[in-house]
Amino acid sequence: MSGHDHDHDHSELSDIELRVRALETLLTEKGYVDPPALDELIETYETKIGPKNGAQVVAKVWTDPDYRNRLLEDATSAIAELGFTGRQGEHMVAVENTPGTHNMVVCTLCSCYPWTVLGLPPVWYKSAPYRSRAVRDPRGVLAEFGITLPAAKEIKVWDSTAEVRYLVVPERPEGTDGWSAEQLAELVTRDSMIGTGLAASPEQAKESA
Amino acid sequence: MNGAQDLGGQMGFGPIELEENEPNFHADWEKRAFAVTLAMGATGTWTLDASRFSRESLPPDVYLSSSYYEIWARGLERLVVKYGLVTEDELKEGQPKAPAQPVKKVLKSADVATTLAKGATVDRPQSEAARFKVGDPVRTKRMHPEHHTRLPRYARDVVGKIEAIHGVHVFPDANAHGKGEQPCWLYGVVFRGPDIWGEDSDPTLTLRIDLWEPYLDPA
Repeated sequence: MSGHDHDHDHSELSDIELRVRALETLLTEKGYVDPPALDELIETYETKIGPKNGAQVVAKVWTDPDYRNRLLEDATSAIAELGFTGRQGEHMVAVENTPGTHNMVVCTLCSCYPWTVLGLPPVWYKSAPYRSRAVRDPRGVLAEFGITLPAAKEIKVWDSTAEVRYLVVPERPEGTDGWSAEQLAELVTRDSMIGTGLAASPEQAKESA
Repeated sequence: MNGAQDLGGQMGFGPIELEENEPNFHADWEKRAFAVTLAMGATGTWTLDASRFSRESLPPDVYLSSSYYEIWARGLERLVVKYGLVTEDELKEGQPKAPAQPVKKVLKSADVATTLAKGATVDRPQSEAARFKVGDPVRTKRMHPEHHTRLPRYARDVVGKIEAIHGVHVFPDANAHGKGEQPCWLYGVVFRGPDIWGEDSDPTLTLRIDLWEPYLDPA
């Protein structure tokens, strides 16, 4: 912080609060941004675009073999079928976990993340500890999320450096035969679609309900 | 550039800090920084690659000690000055003094939903044949450019294999610096963990990185 001479009216505000406020005021007064549009952007990501979109995609994969094939062939258009398109989801690729393989996604260079299906990324995804370690020590990272995989299971880490965004399709939990897509979607956690978690079992889902 | 953003494989940042309730925003200023950054991006004055370069150009001590949206806000401060929309003086004073410059578009609230749903695709028509095919072994370039690049430091001068061909995409190294899109082939390249991290690597680890053709040589 560069001194206290500029904040006599708002001594409770931090340096960054003042900087952002000044920047927004300046850009608004110069006519580059329209304040109602800012409110609309915030509202959209707080209430409309989030991980439930991705959960619907995964549940459909688990219940519809044709959809699964379309998703693995061309995820962008298969996801668009469900209405999820646009910013940070222009070029989607889906990767499927199997008994022999676990997929995990990171962006070591910034914070690339499939906003259209998962919403905005959590703080840990954007943080230095995750970005530095996910590529070198994914099992150590998974352990911090409470996940231990069999030693023989291959770990595929996807470092999203391009505008291609990855969605992990977790393995379908056991004991869910005959469940509807709607019921299954409840088991699809946000972390399971990044690869730092697994889909919830029916028992886990019951406990957290 | 070899900035503080290039975090893959760095050590010493400690454990991952998980939150209980994970709010999208932790303070009002974070919401404002997020929205202003998106709205200014929509003016079409700079590219997404240029905004990434602006953030990674922050001095390493500033980058590493700033929270995520603080990095966005500081990156935006630099962009509006660099592209002539705001003067240094105005930014310092927080008061408009110079006349506004024309911008291509001002995002209105009624257009937010359609603009977000449309996104901005970066694939382009294919004019030349791809140099590599799936299965080809490739070696990434040894390079340390001062400009923006999407070849992480940990994956330079390493042998991998072409696993996917994503088509022709805008080339960030050029597009970040006003040199046009210069689209080129983008590949999904797979690397063995031990080839990148050496004998200490998890033997079951493989890494996939999306890399543009200019980053690659035949191996």
